[in-house]
Amino acid sequence: MELMFDIFTGICFFIASLSIIIGACGLIKLPDVFSRIHAAGMIDTGGTAFFILGMVFQTGWSLVTVKLLLIGIFIFFTSPVTSHVTANLARKKDIFPVGKRIGKTL
Amino acid sequence: MKSLILFLILLCLWLLMSGYYSVLLISLGIVSCAFCVYIAKRGKLIDDEGLPIFFMPRLLNYLIWLFKEILKSNLATGKVIINGKVEPETFTVKSSQVTDVAKVTYANSITLTPGTVTTKMHKDVFEVHALNADFGNDVRTNKMDRKVTWLEGKK
Repeated sequence: MELMFDIFTGICFFIASLSIIIGACGLIKLPDVFSRIHAAGMIDTGGTAFFILGMVFQTGWSLVTVKLLLIGIFIFFTSPVTSHVTANLARKKDIFPVGKRIGKTL
Repeated sequence: MKSLILFLILLCLWLLMSGYYSVLLISLGIVSCAFCVYIAKRGKLIDDEGLPIFFMPRLLNYLIWLFKEILKSNLATGKVIINGKVEPETFTVKSSQVTDVAKVTYANSITLTPGTVTTKMHKDVFEVHALNADFGNDVRTNKMDRKVTWLEGKK
């Protein structure tokens, strides 16, 4: 049973590390601010979710699990706000995204 | 009624975070939770916006669906970053929710799924930036909009 949980943790950490590495590559590679936010969002959701899931497998049922899940919930609610603030500020400074625009923009 | 619900939520949070269950600490917790509820009530913060309990019955169902979407679009974003097939596009969508909380939930859900970001909003029109035409089509089909409207439960 212990070994199984260790393996699950390993798998979760592997997925999390992979998505963080890909996200970091995206942060450098993508063309402009708005596209880079997508890569950062990938780190925020995929990376943290799988790291927390992996740690939950190690703690079992205890108060620490609840605290880990609370950290996850708070990141879950705050990360889109920071992404939106970054994008909105860039728009307010009249930076237009590269690529095509469909229909009228605000 | 709403004050009572807020009090119970705060008290649960206190008990889970502290982990000590002696009489002194629990009574201190009750006092500070009551004080917080009093301040919130004096500031008129306890309304549908501060404590959206009308979400609660359908929230779990929505969150499970949202997690599935996030996983799917995480995979897709990873693929796009590795492939390099980036064709960003900007477009506007209309939201069909009534309350402000539901609109914020919709905008946050769009931002939370990687590949799409809400860059601006005005009344019920959102401007969305998508990494690729596929991500854009996912938003334009209005599936998430219908889900959030269902979550809101006002229509």
